[in-house]
Amino acid sequence: MIAAASQPFMLTHVWIVPGLMALSFLIILFFGKRFSERVTSGIGIFFIAVCFALACVSVVNWVQRINHPVADTSADEALVTQPDGAPAPIAGQSDAEAIIGANRGPVEAAATEAAKVGESTTTGAEPAAVTEPAAVTEHGAESEHEAKASPIVTRWTWFGWGDIKFEFGFIADGLSILLLFTVTAISLLVHIYSKEYLHGDVRFTHYYAFLSMFSAAMLFFVTSSNTIQMLIGWELVGVCSFVLIGHWWEEKDNSDAAVKAFLTNRVGDVGLIVGVVITFYAAGATSFNVLHINQYALSPGANQTLLLVGGLCLFAGVTSKSGQFPLHTWLPDAMAGPTPVSALIHAATMVVAGVYLIARLYSVFYEGLNIGENFVNYIAVIGGITIVGGALLAFVQTDIKKVLAYSTISQLGYMVMALGVGAWTGAIFHLFTHAFFKACLFLGAGSVSHAAHHTFDMRKMGGLRKFMPATFATFIIGTIALMGIFPFAGFWSKDEVLAGSLDGQQQPYTFMLVLGIVGAAMTCLYMSRLIYLTFYGDYRGHGTPHESPKVITIPLWILAIGAIVLGFLNLPNLFKIGEIDYTTRFEHFVEPTFAFPEINHAEFNVGLAVGTTVVAAVAIFLAYQYFWLRKSPFLGVRDKVGAFAWGYKVLDNKYYLDHLYTDIIVGGVKGPIARASYWFNNQVIDTVVNSAGQGAAATGRVVYTQVDQKVIDGLVLSTGTGADESGEALRHMQTGRVQQYAALLFAGVAVLAIILVIFV
Amino acid sequence: MILNQFLMLAAILFCTGVYGVLARRNGVMVLMSVELILNAVNINLVAFGAYHSSLGGGLDVSGQVFALFVIAIAAAEVGVGLALVLMLYRNSRSIDVDDIDLMKG
Amino acid sequence: MASHLSLGNVILGNLMVAENIAFYLIAAVMVFAAIRVVTTRNIVHAALYLVLVLAGVAGQYILLAAEFIAVTQVLVYIGAIVVLFLFGIMLTRAPTGKMDDSNNEQRIVGAGIAGLLLAVMGYTLWKAYRDGQFGEMQVQRTSDVATSIFSTYLIPFEVISVVLLAALIGAIVLARRD
Repeated sequence: MIAAASQPFMLTHVWIVPGLMALSFLIILFFGKRFSERVTSGIGIFFIAVCFALACVSVVNWVQRINHPVADTSADEALVTQPDGAPAPIAGQSDAEAIIGANRGPVEAAATEAAKVGESTTTGAEPAAVTEPAAVTEHGAESEHEAKASPIVTRWTWFGWGDIKFEFGFIADGLSILLLFTVTAISLLVHIYSKEYLHGDVRFTHYYAFLSMFSAAMLFFVTSSNTIQMLIGWELVGVCSFVLIGHWWEEKDNSDAAVKAFLTNRVGDVGLIVGVVITFYAAGATSFNVLHINQYALSPGANQTLLLVGGLCLFAGVTSKSGQFPLHTWLPDAMAGPTPVSALIHAATMVVAGVYLIARLYSVFYEGLNIGENFVNYIAVIGGITIVGGALLAFVQTDIKKVLAYSTISQLGYMVMALGVGAWTGAIFHLFTHAFFKACLFLGAGSVSHAAHHTFDMRKMGGLRKFMPATFATFIIGTIALMGIFPFAGFWSKDEVLAGSLDGQQQPYTFMLVLGIVGAAMTCLYMSRLIYLTFYGDYRGHGTPHESPKVITIPLWILAIGAIVLGFLNLPNLFKIGEIDYTTRFEHFVEPTFAFPEINHAEFNVGLAVGTTVVAAVAIFLAYQYFWLRKSPFLGVRDKVGAFAWGYKVLDNKYYLDHLYTDIIVGGVKGPIARASYWFNNQVIDTVVNSAGQGAAATGRVVYTQVDQKVIDGLVLSTGTGADESGEALRHMQTGRVQQYAALLFAGVAVLAIILVIFV
Repeated sequence: MILNQFLMLAAILFCTGVYGVLARRNGVMVLMSVELILNAVNINLVAFGAYHSSLGGGLDVSGQVFALFVIAIAAAEVGVGLALVLMLYRNSRSIDVDDIDLMKG
Repeated sequence: MASHLSLGNVILGNLMVAENIAFYLIAAVMVFAAIRVVTTRNIVHAALYLVLVLAGVAGQYILLAAEFIAVTQVLVYIGAIVVLFLFGIMLTRAPTGKMDDSNNEQRIVGAGIAGLLLAVMGYTLWKAYRDGQFGEMQVQRTSDVATSIFSTYLIPFEVISVVLLAALIGAIVLARRD
């Protein structure tokens, strides 16, 4: 097809990537048990490596597409129209279509037309191309130098019904390709790491199968072109999370944690499904396609209320999946799973599914919550609260993984807050960098426990830097990146987020900025605490710890290097030298151009950067004073000041949220319902059953005594007694006296005579 | 003379005889009442015979003949009846009809 | 004889006064006697009243121009049957004086039934034979009766004789003192 030639193979066939991982899942599931550990992990690693390679190819393809947009040529070559999609279900009719978007400017004007035409299965039709090719060519021509490539959507109509089209499709644009790359990269490293970490495990094959499954599901999710498919992917990753958290389900705590994760996510998923439906109906009840929904949101006549409600419902799903306050409670408990799982799922990839959702449907949120015009909105507030809430809880944990889990919650708060203040690129960039350094930290924690005889309790660690230099080095690098110290990756991404809140869209989001800075300070503090307790001091465990094997340390180094280097992908324009285009590369390639609101891009603020660095330095110093020097005014403050003791108690109980959910909400519903059911069962149902039995027995008795004995037997007996008594009565007629008989005779004759006389 | 007067007379005799049959205690008296009945019947028969003859269709003596037979039967009946009464008297020394109630049920 | 155009007839036309008077006289006597038969306490008196009734019946026969049967009535009934009754009374030692309890307790009922019968019969007869007028009375001679008996009614005649024989034998058997 002519149209296909201008579109690279990987971009139109991006479904191969999740497909390969699904294939890997099936192979390992059905055949893995016959193979040794080496072969099983080999299969998994092979497939994910291939997927990573394909993801890199996709990245290259996309970069090329951005650099050489084909907006103008498509108008001529793309008018290969196929029969318009009829309302009747035509299964299997497949078309590859490129939705070539006009420039951002005329998007609003063309949006309504696009909404009309965009759902047809004609090939390569520009939004208005079918009706007005000339106008489009003009558009294409004059905006050629600004044209950026639009997403490539590959889809098949599953079935249509009236105006509604249920389709099955994949989208390839900057965001999806980025996530593709991130997920495959981290997954590959985790696959390699798990080979050593889970060596000799009782369910090795099962683990690798579900690792592949998870990768397939996550990749499927990030390349979905419509919200229904995203729902499928969302639920699938939830299931894989459940399975993998409960990998060692022999311990009740682990299976409890898995159930808690799944059910808490379920609570949010209700909102998600409602949101999907609302956005579908808001966008005209014709298609679930994300571009269609985004276009609708940006169109001038969009229903503001519906977008707001739909956005908030979708955000409910994000709250649970991405660990926002108050549905974050499952994340720390999810640390019961194996550490590589925590690294992959609960740090780098799955938990960012919610952030991805908001980023994908950003127009809905931007327009619905008026992000462009407010100084505060629901998403930003929740994000901000999550930053601080998560960070506070990290202080009182003794489990190293739980500290990192709360850190993840806090960083997810950053991402969500960034989306809430309109810093789209900041959020996604932070997602990207966070994936790497958080994975590095988690895998490092795994390495640490590997050495400290499989404990994660920091009270049993200490002084490990002497024993595990590689782990220590990578861990420090990851920590510095997390703290956001110049020039590591975290600095650039976190600073972009903070700059976004400082600048805002039309007015600064000051409150969010404050929360962000406070969060940054707290990050430094608790990470320092963690470093100290784990790597400094004297070793408090038993035995002698040793460095982990290369299979573990090499992924750590790869991630650490990523944590250092990847920040430079989005250097702010401040650092521009000459005409060479190397700044804001990330933004250039990833930020969508089609069906995307016009957001304000905050410029790098030197003052803010310096300020946050100072804050971080102060925080690190305070920690140094407290832990290393042991000469801090805060030493022993918990015993002296009542407020601190109370604060500690609240934090120790995780804000009593678990108590609220389990005992109050669930117990309050379950208890009365259980009691009511029990009462109903005993009083009502048993009564019915018993009375049925008693009724039957009583009926039998009654029938026996009244009917059988009296009536039926009576009838039978009465025939005898009747004959007897009538005979007895009639006997008296037989007097034996002839004259009496004669009297009767004559009387009869007289009567007969009368009758004869009268009637005859 | 009209026919009715004979028939009415016969009716009266008949009913008197019926009363006598039903109400008399003595067996012989019962038999006498039976005679009354038979005579009433005879009157009827003869009256009809005469009536029939007088209508002009020729002489019809069937009434008399019938009445003759009735008389003969009556005679036979009285004979047997009295023999019965005699036997009754011999057995129970009384001819009270009411005392014959061996068939009492 | 010729018709019964008696003197009364001639004088009074079709009224036939003489026969009517005779009839009513005899009828009155008969009724009275019949009632006395069934009500008297003296059994011999009852027999004698019966004689009166039977004689009256014979008289009625004469009025009906049935000479033979009238005479037979007198001969057989009064001459034989009543005598038989009297013999029966005598042999059964019936008290010849007045008897106190000659009626049983069925008196009222019997009267009722008899009355009912009378009413029915009376009504019927009156209705049916209102127009029953005798025409010219034909004398039924004995020779006609004899002819009828021995020709038309021969078989009943023979049967009657057998009946009489049977009754005779029966009476003898019954009354025999064994």
